[in-house]
Amino acid sequence: MLIIKCPYCGERDHSEFSYGGEAHIIRPKQPTELSDDQWAEYLFMRKNIKGIQYERWNHSHGCRRWFNMARDTSNDKIHSVYKIGEKPSN
Amino acid sequence: MSNNYRLSTGGQISRSEPILFKFNGKTFRGFKGDTLASALLSNGIHLVGRSFKYHRPRGIFTSGVEEPNALVQIIKDQGKTDPNLRATQIEIYEGLNATSQNCWPSVKFDFGSINNFFSPIIPAGFYYKTFMWPASFWEKVYEYFIRKAAGLGKSPTKKDPDIYDHSYHHCEVLIVGAGPAGLVAAKVAANAGKKVLLVDERPNFGGNLNFSNSDYNKINGLKPLEWIKKTCLELQNNKNIKILNRTSVAAYHNYNYLIMVQNLTDHLSDKNKIGKIRQRLWKVRAKKVILATGSIERPMIFDCNDRPGIMLSSAVRKYINTYGVKCGNNISIFSNNDDAYETAITLHNKGVKIKSIIDIREKSDGTLPKKCIELGIKIHWKSAVIYTEGYKKINKIHVMQLSKDNSSVIGRKLKIDCDLLCVSGGYTPAVHLFTQSGGKLDYDEKKHYFFPTKNTLSQISIGSCNGTFGLKNIISESQEKTREFLNIKEVEQLSVLEPKSGDFENIWLLPSNKISGKTKSFVDYQNDSTANDIKLALREGFKSIEHVKRYTTTGMATDQGKIANMHALGIISEITNTKLGELGTTTFRPPYSPITFGALVGRNVGQFFDITRKTPIHDWHEKNNAKFEDVGQWKRAWYYPSEKENMHDSVQRESKAARTSAGILDASTLGKIDIQGSDASEFLNRIYTNAWGKLAIGKCRYGLMLNDDGMVYDDGVTTRLDENHYIMTTTTGGAATVMGKLEDFLQTEWPELKVYLTSVTDHFATISVCGPNSKKILEKVTQSIDYSDSNFPHMSFKNGLIDKIKCRVMRISFTGELSYEINVQANYGQSVWKKCMAAGKEYGITPYGTEAMHLLRAEKGFIIVGQETDGTVTPVDLQMDWIVSKKKYDFIGKRSLYRSDTMREDRKQYVGLLTNDPKEILEEGAQIVAEVKNKPPMNMIGHVTSSYYSPNLNKSIALAVVKNGKNLKGKKLYVPMPNKTIEVIVSDTIFLDKEGKRLNA
Repeated sequence: MLIIKCPYCGERDHSEFSYGGEAHIIRPKQPTELSDDQWAEYLFMRKNIKGIQYERWNHSHGCRRWFNMARDTSNDKIHSVYKIGEKPSN
Repeated sequence: MSNNYRLSTGGQISRSEPILFKFNGKTFRGFKGDTLASALLSNGIHLVGRSFKYHRPRGIFTSGVEEPNALVQIIKDQGKTDPNLRATQIEIYEGLNATSQNCWPSVKFDFGSINNFFSPIIPAGFYYKTFMWPASFWEKVYEYFIRKAAGLGKSPTKKDPDIYDHSYHHCEVLIVGAGPAGLVAAKVAANAGKKVLLVDERPNFGGNLNFSNSDYNKINGLKPLEWIKKTCLELQNNKNIKILNRTSVAAYHNYNYLIMVQNLTDHLSDKNKIGKIRQRLWKVRAKKVILATGSIERPMIFDCNDRPGIMLSSAVRKYINTYGVKCGNNISIFSNNDDAYETAITLHNKGVKIKSIIDIREKSDGTLPKKCIELGIKIHWKSAVIYTEGYKKINKIHVMQLSKDNSSVIGRKLKIDCDLLCVSGGYTPAVHLFTQSGGKLDYDEKKHYFFPTKNTLSQISIGSCNGTFGLKNIISESQEKTREFLNIKEVEQLSVLEPKSGDFENIWLLPSNKISGKTKSFVDYQNDSTANDIKLALREGFKSIEHVKRYTTTGMATDQGKIANMHALGIISEITNTKLGELGTTTFRPPYSPITFGALVGRNVGQFFDITRKTPIHDWHEKNNAKFEDVGQWKRAWYYPSEKENMHDSVQRESKAARTSAGILDASTLGKIDIQGSDASEFLNRIYTNAWGKLAIGKCRYGLMLNDDGMVYDDGVTTRLDENHYIMTTTTGGAATVMGKLEDFLQTEWPELKVYLTSVTDHFATISVCGPNSKKILEKVTQSIDYSDSNFPHMSFKNGLIDKIKCRVMRISFTGELSYEINVQANYGQSVWKKCMAAGKEYGITPYGTEAMHLLRAEKGFIIVGQETDGTVTPVDLQMDWIVSKKKYDFIGKRSLYRSDTMREDRKQYVGLLTNDPKEILEEGAQIVAEVKNKPPMNMIGHVTSSYYSPNLNKSIALAVVKNGKNLKGKKLYVPMPNKTIEVIVSDTIFLDKEGKRLNA
């Protein structure tokens, strides 16, 4: 059970949040111009790394805002949280 | 011989408060402050249960949570009972009724003990090896037999009437364990002004210091009990600290999140329990955690080390010092360390005879062994107990000298009479919680234990759980580490008196004079696994400690190997010649000790198990005999049977009424999302498959929503209320997820769009009136709306008034009939519904439920997302190409409709099915084949998604998805059922009014 620091609300319990998969996957602006493989890359391919992973979270039982998080999947340590459109502070 | 083993004085029990309790049907006497174990021992009872596999007699072994043998069942009223409780933890109360477990017909004569004689043929893995064949015997024969033979406690059969509670707590410092280390840490922290929570699983604080010998142990000149009392009083008067006893930490999760169970009434008499909360589950978030969980004494592993009357030395010391109970009259002690000598001296001073001490060491220069020699107690150095005698109670031990390298026993065998054997194999740090939290252990080759090294959380371990032994060391470590951990400048210094201790020596499996295989040296008492079982597993090729554990079941009983695990590891390490540090331990999993389902569930039972959502018209449905169905959390009116009707009759009547005159449906559960903003049209364009740019104000449009993988996700009608204002409807079940998905796209992909979403599902009541007479009814109910087709055509909307109430009326249809949907503020829902009923009375307006609604839409071939679709269906599969815009550059899911897989011709496609016999109704979910074989497997090409008997067509109709169904129209297919095969003809999906004339009837 993590404690997550929502960039809008501050520290809250894990149970207020929902997970939204890998972060920084941008929906292609011109999907029709992509090959099946390129489209599949966007649609299906996700990383599952042991170590620091960038992922999307939603403060679903709070402010309902989406944000990003850098989390170490091996020990659940959260290295940073940052707003959508921002880059992680290392 | 007297059965009274209670000393006339001493102990912390309240002798003025005698308590009567029952054990195995007989009434016994104990005192307030006794545990069931101490009360039984005071009555001379050791034999309390039978072992799991061999049904060997077993006695009380410990004095606490680690107890492997003394599991009892507490009987309350009929059907209400608590199984698998440890007699060493149960505090007795007036009316307590406990029985032994796992024995039939009684603990003294147990039929299953015949297994003991068969034990050579029931080795480790016996069940895996024997009950393999034939497979069909498993459920009916083997499982039944094994369950009956192996049954631990019995489950209650009645509903649990007790009250359980949940509580959250946040603190700066959580201290787990209130032994000397925990108490010292609590004092240091609380005095420095920290907000502290101190918990201990036992009723009393002080840990093992409670029953240590007061002649040899002193703190600041005070005897142990005096110091504990003084310290507890100081803590209780400190406002910074909250103290909970009888509270066991079950789990230690990441981010210092701990789950604890507090026992509030189990120790009270039945009368005093009434109306009180039984247990409270605490969910604690602590900034910092101090673990002071102590250590658990080890047994010794030798032949027949499991007889009643063999007990841990520290437990025997606790029984005499805390409860004034001597566990025997003629006592031998078997030890490898100095701690057991404290037990010897304590017993001796209380007048109990110590027959002999057997010590595997050559000598000890400690204070206590020297004192024992002075007292004239016979010590057998460099010796070991190799066997014990006595069936229901130990009566003799066999002792031999150890060889120089401890690998064998030598010399003459000595037989010593005794009625109690205290064993002491040293102490194992209780690192359970530490490792649960993700901490790593290291093995100390000299001291023979695992101790905490690395942790990732804001946490420290202090005292014996950290591998620190000796009162002086424990107290100075607690003070120093706590001071440092909490950034405190100075702490009060304490002076400690303790006996000088000799070295500890360790042999995991003691040598025997018998050949290996002829001994029963129990490692795990509760699961009856022996050293030989472990050896066998290793011989059979199991190497990983995790595999050996599962094969032999060592450490897998309800005590989770609190006693067994270290020796199992030690034996494996010796046999495989692996260093223990490299071997590692098995995983310590929560809960530390068993917890009740009641505590986990708390108050979320019965009607509080889940949220139920009711529409504003719910009361009316209830009064009018509606049957309800659950749709997500919603209770929806399913059908309204009259007294004589069954479900089928009712649904047929409702469906017919809706087409012949007028029907009324409560559609309030449909998801409603209010969409506003200057980019609202563009937003809908991107979300839905069809075009939204040109939808005029006041018009409605049906839309299909896909995931980006091209699969249908949700559908519904959206109405343009104003230039930049829409109201979207979603399916009942999809409301929350659609809202979430739309928000997701707005926030993350298209933040540039000016669109604002508000969920208004609960804000409006929605009443749908359909049928040829619906217009007439609406005209009576609403004012100021012109219902002429030219002014108010299909798929449009009007604002209106019902008396003074504002309403929105949409002319939209899910039944294919002329149909209107009235939306009013939720509070007015029921009164408007009643108005509609009154206005429709002359037309026989009929309320219909979700079942009739499903039937009516199936007649029209309208899909239900989640019934016709299952997340693998595209709009093209549904033959709904008409709704997929070819012109739009992009929308969610578009690109995926052009993937090779989604363009396959032979995908499952949406079709209608008609049975040869119009009375034959297909079963929903039934598989469809093109070719029938004698028996499965057959090539399944699709399945039935919806199936009804249509009262309006007087025949059975069904919807299905079938491979290449688009091209199979008119073809014959088959639906094989268990006792027949049904022939079907593939048809169009629209069974009624293909031209849509009824919409304008």
